[in-house]
Amino acid sequence: MNIVVCVKQTPDTAATVTVEDGKISWGDAPLVLNPWDEFAVEEALRLKEAHGGEVTAISLGPEDAKEALKQSLAMGCENAILVSDPSFAGLDSLQVSKVLAAAIEKVGEVDLVFFGRSSVDTDSGITGSQVARRLGWPALSLVAVINSLDPESKQLEVERMLDEGRQQVKASFPAVISVVKEINEPRYPSFMGIRKASKAEIPIWSAAELTLEGDLESALTWPDVYAIPKVETECEFVEGETPEEIAAKLVDRLIEEKVV
Amino acid sequence: MTNKVLVYVDHFKGEALPASWEAIGAARKIAESLGSGVTAVIVGKDVQPLAKQAIEYGADDAVVAESPALAEFQPEPYADVLSKAAAEADVLLLPTSGRTRELAAMVAVDLETGMAPDVIEIEVEGGLVLATRPIYAGKLLSKVVIKERKPQILTTRSRAFPKPEPDASRSGEVTNLEFELGDVPTEVLGYKEAAGGVSLTDAAVIVSGGRGVSNNPSLTPPDEITDEKEQEIWRAQQGFGLVGDLAGVLNAAMGASRAAVDAGYIPYVNQVGQTGKVVSPDLYIANGISGAIQHLAGMRTSKTIVAVNKDPEAPIFKLARFGVVGDLFDVVPALTAAFKERLGK
Repeated sequence: MNIVVCVKQTPDTAATVTVEDGKISWGDAPLVLNPWDEFAVEEALRLKEAHGGEVTAISLGPEDAKEALKQSLAMGCENAILVSDPSFAGLDSLQVSKVLAAAIEKVGEVDLVFFGRSSVDTDSGITGSQVARRLGWPALSLVAVINSLDPESKQLEVERMLDEGRQQVKASFPAVISVVKEINEPRYPSFMGIRKASKAEIPIWSAAELTLEGDLESALTWPDVYAIPKVETECEFVEGETPEEIAAKLVDRLIEEKVV
Repeated sequence: MTNKVLVYVDHFKGEALPASWEAIGAARKIAESLGSGVTAVIVGKDVQPLAKQAIEYGADDAVVAESPALAEFQPEPYADVLSKAAAEADVLLLPTSGRTRELAAMVAVDLETGMAPDVIEIEVEGGLVLATRPIYAGKLLSKVVIKERKPQILTTRSRAFPKPEPDASRSGEVTNLEFELGDVPTEVLGYKEAAGGVSLTDAAVIVSGGRGVSNNPSLTPPDEITDEKEQEIWRAQQGFGLVGDLAGVLNAAMGASRAAVDAGYIPYVNQVGQTGKVVSPDLYIANGISGAIQHLAGMRTSKTIVAVNKDPEAPIFKLARFGVVGDLFDVVPALTAAFKERLGK
């Protein structure tokens, strides 16, 4: 099987994110493989291990954005490609999906494309669906388990996590799959994997190497970004001799303040 | 179709999400600024009743696309239909759900336009929608404008906009959309593990538990559970039982910290935080949750936060309106009893 996994580099979720002069800063926090993408990489690797083939990690970003790809290689992906061009800077998902779809077509004869459910920076969770739409492939989003997959007939059955329950869906390859956390437990990179990744030469695909139709003008503009206003809450500690007394006081206060 | 502001009514098997009506309320404000009306778009099978409801909640008219082939939500055919309905619109609003995020994303590709999910505030400036949405799990807010492309597609976050009062005397035209469906590439086989109880994102009250729920040393696991990890999970389940009792009295949804989910105490669907659900209920009661930055990011916009924790230095108290320093195993059952008594249940 020929599997692509699209990954993004994001600040660690423990980072304190601030805005300085209109620019987002995460201080000294490390850049990591987007936590949701770890599940996508893991599922791609498991399918490869079960059915053979190879996994190619693709990331769109500036030239120094290789950390997510190195982590993907260290986990066990065979190939990594950085899609990077000055004209790709600051693109919205409408255009990112166009570039990624073109990169997937350039890889060629792809069976499955994996995405994490969203990235922890922009929190949009729409790029995978948009790539599927552009490629004209079925979109299987929020997948919690792949129940069956047959490389011969190119059929698969998955369960999608909807708010109302798990939707069981059947589709055929090629397809785009976005995964949720419940799908697996991502592996840690092995020592050998880390060594291999640190030595890897990661090829860069620029705009000139992709077949891109139409313009690369983002539809979205972001006129302002700011830290969430600090809410000054003074915590009122409720005290008492017994839990019952504390509970009664707290419930009284919540009723007084019309919270319940 | 005459109106330039469209609202897609999201529903599950013919039952509308409350957030669909909130989106109609938000759309009304936009439409007033633009001097337009609001058209509701309804897609599915046997969904005519939703058109009448949408008009009662504030839509001026409705467009319905019905077909037996649309009985199950599948993003591709639904996007085919919605792209056709919205091709001439200025604004398309959808309530945010697992379905609409994908649906809106696909329509944006079809119509080569922009899409902003999870919007929490909307203004109109110079004829364009200026939306606010949280990023970095709510640590930051970003303003977003979709310029020079139409329609401007936005999904509104649950509970961020007030739900209008329905008015049964309102009436409006309901038209059927003519459409052709392309090949549907997927087949829905069915549903399982239908989620029970109150959904986190719709809940007015959330009662959450953290790692602390397993921390009751006075409980002795049954003899047949010998594995240490299983004993811990058994303890945690007793703890979450108490949290669930409190949630039951308050008709609340159950939440959990990532630590509790990762430890296997409770399913991931209950996780609140940066890698779980972002919620903003009227009341959030955090039990045995210390308040890691990732958890706080997912619940900080709750109107009133109550924290119960043994550690008076726990970061959760910095966000809480009311705090109890104490053992949740004493406090939570007492709270359940006190609410029962005061709320007459």
